[in-house]
Amino acid sequence: MTAALSARREAWRRAVYRFGRSGLSVTGLVLVLLLLFLSVFGPWLAPYPEHITGSISTAARFGAPSAKHWFGTNEMGQDVLSLVLGGARVSVLAGLAVVLLGAAVGTVVGAVAGYAGGWTDELLMRLSDLKLTIPGLFLAMAVAAALGPGIVNMVIAIALSWWPGYARLVRGEVMAKKEELFVTAARAVGAGPGRIVFRHILPNVMTPVIVKMSLDMGFAILTVASLGFIGIGVKPPMPEWGLLLSVARSYMPDFWWTAIFPGLAIFLAVFGFNLLGDGLRDVFDPRSKR
Amino acid sequence: MNLPLLEIRDLHLWMRSFEGEAHVLNGIDLQVQRGEIWGVVGETGCGKSLTGLSVSRLVPTPPGRYGSGQILLDGQDLLALDESAVRSLRGRRIGMIFQDPTTNLNPSFRVSEQLIDVALVAAQHSPEILGLEKGASQRAKRAAARALAGQMLVKVRIPNALDRLDDYPHQFSGGMRQRVLIAMALIGRPDLLVADEPTTALDVSVQAQILILLKEMVQEFNMGVLLITHNLGVVAQTCSHVAVMYAGAIVERGLVAEVLARPRHPYTRALLAAMPTRATPRGGLEGIPGTVPDLIAPPPGCRFAPRCGRASATCLERSPRLVPLATGHEVACVHPLPQEGV
Amino acid sequence: MLQLEGVSKVYPGNRRGWSRAAPVEALREVSLTVQKGESFGLVGESGSGKTTLTRCILQLEAPTQGRILFEGEDLGRLTASALRQLRARIQIVFQDPQASLNPRMSVHDIVTEPLVVHRRVMGLDARARTERAVELLLLVGLGPQHLHRFPHEFSGGQRQRIGIARALTTQPSLLLLDEPTSALDMSVQAQVLNLLTDLQARLGLTYLFISHDLAVIRYLCDRVALIHQGRIVEQGTRDQIFDAPQNDYTRQLLSAMPEVRF
Repeated sequence: MTAALSARREAWRRAVYRFGRSGLSVTGLVLVLLLLFLSVFGPWLAPYPEHITGSISTAARFGAPSAKHWFGTNEMGQDVLSLVLGGARVSVLAGLAVVLLGAAVGTVVGAVAGYAGGWTDELLMRLSDLKLTIPGLFLAMAVAAALGPGIVNMVIAIALSWWPGYARLVRGEVMAKKEELFVTAARAVGAGPGRIVFRHILPNVMTPVIVKMSLDMGFAILTVASLGFIGIGVKPPMPEWGLLLSVARSYMPDFWWTAIFPGLAIFLAVFGFNLLGDGLRDVFDPRSKR
Repeated sequence: MNLPLLEIRDLHLWMRSFEGEAHVLNGIDLQVQRGEIWGVVGETGCGKSLTGLSVSRLVPTPPGRYGSGQILLDGQDLLALDESAVRSLRGRRIGMIFQDPTTNLNPSFRVSEQLIDVALVAAQHSPEILGLEKGASQRAKRAAARALAGQMLVKVRIPNALDRLDDYPHQFSGGMRQRVLIAMALIGRPDLLVADEPTTALDVSVQAQILILLKEMVQEFNMGVLLITHNLGVVAQTCSHVAVMYAGAIVERGLVAEVLARPRHPYTRALLAAMPTRATPRGGLEGIPGTVPDLIAPPPGCRFAPRCGRASATCLERSPRLVPLATGHEVACVHPLPQEGV
Repeated sequence: MLQLEGVSKVYPGNRRGWSRAAPVEALREVSLTVQKGESFGLVGESGSGKTTLTRCILQLEAPTQGRILFEGEDLGRLTASALRQLRARIQIVFQDPQASLNPRMSVHDIVTEPLVVHRRVMGLDARARTERAVELLLLVGLGPQHLHRFPHEFSGGQRQRIGIARALTTQPSLLLLDEPTSALDMSVQAQVLNLLTDLQARLGLTYLFISHDLAVIRYLCDRVALIHQGRIVEQGTRDQIFDAPQNDYTRQLLSAMPEVRF
């Protein structure tokens, strides 16, 4: 037993080492960190913050990318770079909210279903199967339309179509862990079901949940953008990427910069999270070759 | 003394892990003649399994790395052969049995299929197994292999063997499955059998039967056997010779009756003292103080010295070699226990 | 202290399509008595029903028939809260030291968990609980420096000591030991067995020791019972069983025992 470093830190170092071996995973991590940074500090970095909040400058309409406006200007003279940076906050944070909410609800439902079994399990699983009958995007659209405009409602709507995936995942893991010896040991000590599920089982199933969360982030951002594209959830002047793309559609291909840059932002966000998620999954999977 | 069936000479093996390279086999010397059952016994991490796996070249390299030693089967160095040459030896000259009968049989295939497969592969290089003439058709070979499979099942005492030939593995109990595995290991008529903990996963009553079966098979086929186990009782019952391993080296070896009745190495004695017997009074059991050494940075000299009550400065100078004693067995120790024994 | 009277446990067979497979009789009219302060050995191979028996004694499952009395009280008749209190007095040490400890809990949390669960009865605050944890670790031969480490940082023998420490936290009077040394090397087994005898003398514990290893049972136990296919086939003092076995199954097991005898 090495006295120097506790084995926990060793395992962590080993994991970091394995992660770092893949260039793609590190790229993903860098992209994600950049995105998170921009989502927090974007508006301060934007050269024309006033455009984010809606002021326009008709004189500078449709300016091509230049030194003054790196990404050019749109139909209202707003600096596209500023809009994209401002949009980072909306898109990324909204995506994060969706995933967190979906994961939280799904995990609780899945844990209860997996541990309780029997009728509770059947009931909860049928409930989550509803999602299979209605394509996610339409469900989100319908709920968002019903709840009314606004980001919060949009997040809730998307999360509603997101949680069944987590429920299914967690249920399977909980059912497997439930039979393990340390759970029996906890029951023998006298622990009640609540304590067993939250203190014993869940910490041991979080790994696949975290991997799924990071993989889902990309799709969550995409979904937020898709809804914005259709015009649900966010309304101008909020600079959501999907919304920007939607408005820019009619100006293609002449004023390509109004569409390309928001589109590129969406692409990089989804790509980055996917790479990160893949990297995390490879690191956590003890059987992978890395 | 004719050529030994198996001779391991100064075998060194290093295994690379995240923390470094561990010196897991430290100069193994062993000779097995036909008809001898050698028990290779030791505790977790002593290198006994790796020794057995090395004989069939089943240790992946990397992360393993062999030193200058040799493993000679009837004089031929196995470590110098390439992969396809080694593959032709497995099943045909060297048979292997592993610990867990459940995971070692393919659940999707009938037992007959699995046995026939092994027989046909072995027959490629040793056609006499099937007892057919040269140029026999594929169909004839299959039929002969199937007949042989049936014979083997009968030999390993599976009740209603011929009726059960086409059963699937899950239709057999644990002990029966291990018998099937023994049949599979022996169908190619190997000269050497390596059995790695063959009875550890089985119930005590079944264990005894399997060991008796092994002894019978060894006599019938005149094989040499390496029986790897951590259980001294199994060694006492089944083996003719024993090699006691600690931290990658053999510390004592010889005839079973000699070594177990009159152990001369402190570790062997300690191991025997840790086994509860009829005579052990309550509270009289002795453990061994300390823990197994880290093989990445092993202690200098004798690896057992840190835990040995008899260690002196000489013990730290160099790793002791096996030295023959008057009683006929060999000990790797600078201060072996006195002759009168335990 | 512990009394089993005619305990039977039947599991319904698995559902196969429309019909059911035959029900499994895991325990058949098991009766035995464990006296206070003694070591009672239960010998059984896999599938004999010994695991089911431990689960019934711990009330993790209810027997289909028969009664289990602990210190005179019928376990089946207790209220939920009384049962909870009882859990503090019967504890268990499991076979597989790796699987029985939650890999994501520190040693401190594992050992103090019974105190947290039984907060109301034991009434110890956080600091007192930590002190007790240190006390227990010292008792089993470990130290306070191990408190905040995790199970995978320890060897098999040490993990089993942690399991024993956890079982002793609530000062139980009866300890069930389910193959506690079967997964350990010989020399480590010797150390753990010595620890168990030592603890029994010091704390006045009663042991129900379950194992398939006859040599260990012979070494440790005063009275022995053998269970086979759910039934107790023979019971008696240690010497009676080992020197003058009556039953065929017992004789078979005894002769199959691998021993070093020269």
